[in-house]
Parts: sequence; C-alpha cells; structure tokens
Amino acid sequence: MKFSMLPQVFAQMFKKPWTNKFPAKYQPSSTTKYLQDVQAGKAKINPTVETPPGFRGKIQYDREKCIGCKLCINVCPCEAIEFKPEEKKVKFYLARCCFCSQCNDVCPVKCISMSNEFLLADADKYSKDLIVE
Amino acid sequence: MSKKALSKTTYQIPIGPIHPALKEPVQFEFTIDGERIVDVDVSLGHVHRSIEWTGMHRNPIQVLYLAERICGICSYCHPMSFALAVERVAGIEVPERADYLRVIQGELERICSHVLWAGVAAHEIGFDSVLFFTWQIREEALDLTEYLTGNRVTKAITMIGGVRRDITPDMVPRVKKSLDFLKANFEKLRKIYLDDKTFKMRTQGCGVLTKENALKLCACGPTTRASGVKKDVRLDQPYFAFDNLDFDYVTPDVLTGEVNGDVYDRIIVRLLEVKQSIELIEQCLERMPEGPIVSEPKIPKLLATLKKVNGEGIGRMEAPRGEVIHYVKLTGQEFPYCWKVRAPTYNNILPWIPMLLGEQIADIPIVAASTDPCMSCTNRVAIVKDNNRSYLDKETLHKLSVEKTRRLMQ
Repeated sequence: MKFSMLPQVFAQMFKKPWTNKFPAKYQPSSTTKYLQDVQAGKAKINPTVETPPGFRGKIQYDREKCIGCKLCINVCPCEAIEFKPEEKKVKFYLARCCFCSQCNDVCPVKCISMSNEFLLADADKYSKDLIVE
Repeated sequence: MSKKALSKTTYQIPIGPIHPALKEPVQFEFTIDGERIVDVDVSLGHVHRSIEWTGMHRNPIQVLYLAERICGICSYCHPMSFALAVERVAGIEVPERADYLRVIQGELERICSHVLWAGVAAHEIGFDSVLFFTWQIREEALDLTEYLTGNRVTKAITMIGGVRRDITPDMVPRVKKSLDFLKANFEKLRKIYLDDKTFKMRTQGCGVLTKENALKLCACGPTTRASGVKKDVRLDQPYFAFDNLDFDYVTPDVLTGEVNGDVYDRIIVRLLEVKQSIELIEQCLERMPEGPIVSEPKIPKLLATLKKVNGEGIGRMEAPRGEVIHYVKLTGQEFPYCWKVRAPTYNNILPWIPMLLGEQIADIPIVAASTDPCMSCTNRVAIVKDNNRSYLDKETLHKLSVEKTRRLMQ
C-alpha cells in the first residue's frame, strides 16, 4: 500500500486514547494550585496505571527488626543509607535512593521491603516524606 | 580531519553541541556547497560524567547499578557485560537457567530499543503519527519489562553469577500474552515502515555506508549488518545460552535480496531483529531448564570472594546498538583497580562521515539518527587542565610517548 499509515490514523480517530490522563484530564493552569486543591479535597486526582507485583517503590523499614549489621550500607550504590551508631539503626534518604532493592535482598532479617508507592516528587530533598527511619 | 581549503562557493554550518534536532550533545561542523555536504567534522566530549572513576571507588555490587546508568536504553547490557567480565576474573560459573533468563532480558531490551529507535527515525523525517503508534507498541514491551524486573527502564536484574529475579511458571502466560501482542503488531509496523511511500522516499539511497567502509571503520551492530557485514557477537562468540538457540545473522538481503547499506536497510535490519528477538524469547521459555538462578545467593560471601580475586577480564555482548566491551581489573582489593567501558556508539561515529558526504542538509537528522547514537555512552575521557579543555591528537600522543622514553633513559 502506498500510504499504509492512513488506515491506522483514521481508525485511531474513533478509539480511546492510549495515554493515561495523569494527574488530570486537562492540564491545569497552575499545577501547584491544583495539587493544593487535591489536598484540600476540592479536586480529584486521576489514578495512575497500576503497578505489577514486585514493583520497586518507596522503601519500607521495620525499625524493631533491624539488628544494625550495616550490610545494606555496604552494598548501597548511591550511599543513601546513614548509620546511627547510638541506636544501631539506619536512616534512608530517598532523595538519593536509586530503588535498586539491593538493601532489601542483602538484609539478613528482612526488615526492609519495597512498597508500590512511587509518587515521591518533592521540592525539598530532606522533607519528611523522603526520609525513612 | 584536515581543514580543506575553502573556495568561495562553500560555507560552513556548525550544528550543536546543543541543538533541537539532536537529542544529545554532539557538535558537527559541515562544509556545505549549496545544499550538498562536502565535508563533515564531528567533535565529541560534551557529556563526560566520570562514571569509570566513580566505579573505581565502589565495590563490584555497587558498580552494577552504576553501570546501569551509563545508558538509559542499554540499562541491561552495560551491567551485564561488567558482570561477565567480573565472572571471568573470578571464575564464577553461571547456572544454566540463569543463562536462559539473561537471554530473555537481553532480547526484551533489544525489542524496546529497536522499537524506540524506529519511532525516533519516523520523528526525524517528520512522520509523527508513526512515532506515536510505534511507541504505543513499545509500551507493551515496557510493561512486560516492568512485570519481569520491577521497573520500566532501570531494570536492576543483573547479579554477578546470575540474575536477581526468576520467571516462575505462573508468570509465563503473562509473558506469552505480551509476546503475542508484539507479534501481532509487528506485522503492522513492518507494513508501515517498509511499504509506505513516505519512508521509501526519505530513506532509500540516503546515508549509504558501503561494505568496505563498514569494515574499514569498524562499525558494529545493526549499522554494520545493514551494510552486509555478518558481524554479531551472539553468533561469533556465543555467550549466555545463545549457542543453544536457533537464529541467524540479520542482513537486509534476507528480505529484499540486495544490500544497499542505506537508511532503509538499517530500518529493515532493526525491524527484523525485533521479530528475531521475540522468537528467541519464545525459544528460551520452551528450553529453559529448572535450577538455581544465581551461583552465590549470599551477597556478603560473594563480595568476600571478589575481594580476594586477582586478575583482569573482558566482558563483551551484543547490545541493541552493537558490541559493548567492559574491561575490569581486580587486584585483591574492595574496589576494582580499573574499569574501562567501550560503548557501541564509539565505533559508529566515524561511519557518519561517509554516510553524510554528498547528502542534503535536510537529511542530516535521519542519517545521524540511523546509527542509533548515544553520546553519553561514548564519553569516557576528558582532558581539562587549568580550566582549559584540550584534545590529544596522534602527534601529541607520540610526543608524550617519546618524552616518556627519554625520561626512563635518564
């Protein structure tokens, strides 16, 4: 066929768009204001595409289980984990984390796990959401 | 390249380092006669990130994730060839099942990369509806990657001595579903790219790389195969489980019966390789034996072993863009003594010159994109002294060598 893309283009006119409209169907005039509205409950956020099982998202840390062996610090590629010697516990800085899940694999007591939360953008890299301890 | 004497009819156009038509920083200097390109000069070195130096201050497990960040699209083959090099140094045997799993991940990456490239090629000639259609298909391959590895782009699946995640029998139907979708859509893609008049007009006879030039300039990957050179690390020196799988070199004459070495041929090679990769994954799923997926599951023990190892090794594999080589030297210390990366784009830069000579200015984007360049992969060395950048050409290097001999003689 001479122009083999044409049928596809016409067919697409009657199909639903493939893209997931996130966070809103149309771009808000001010994203910051829109997000404030969402927090205040005035606007509703369009949900994200579901993540599959085994997704590597925000780290979850079971503080009680941790024995302070420092193995995770030894393998962390981006040095995102800090050791707190007085309590023998660790602190994760997610702003540095590369979500490789290596600390999760190496942990002998399985006190680290990866959740499916990935909306972690923040203006402050030391904000409360980006530090796990 | 020496500067040619300029007559009144030619003029020069610099393009880059930062330019809307180029995805990554690279600088071209074209000498133009009317619309025709008479001379090309390429200058690199705008995105040096000192990854190798950083790698020499990390232990091998940490380097895996650093190597992943050399290139976003080849985020599997860089750590994997690093792992191959380290395995060679330490003499680690990889379980057979892991070899098959490694093939699956590698071929899945090839599908993602080639389909992405096809979209970029369509965009470069101004056919944006094809770009969106192609990337819609790529989305399924990315979803499959996310399902198998846990993330869409940075896969973090590599481990020295195996892989980190298994494909269990209950995951197979989901993988097969995605492969069927890709197979069904491959036929549509083939029709659009190979039969459409727009593509033929822009790509046939454009950016020709002859077989002689491809061999002389050591081009690699699909770029060289499109010129009729049968070069593929997977077949020449099989690694992983490739020696147990049935496949052959993809050259454009498989489909059209002739080799022109133009951009159209490069599209043919990449599209046929997508089909080949789907078939390879299916073969792997059938033939995969049971067994462990990693030779040493205890990472502290693995690190302790690597700390005692002495020696050097090379890991090479066929990345989507061509052959990637990692050289590693371990000297019984925690960190590698030396780590050297050679990305495929390095070989595919010089072929740009014969490709671009004689073409029109408007053909520059599609010809430059046709080798699937990745500039940030290529930048390994930068010489900066007192805030001034300089290049070491052949004469300077020779002078330095002579000086060293004199120094040693004294």
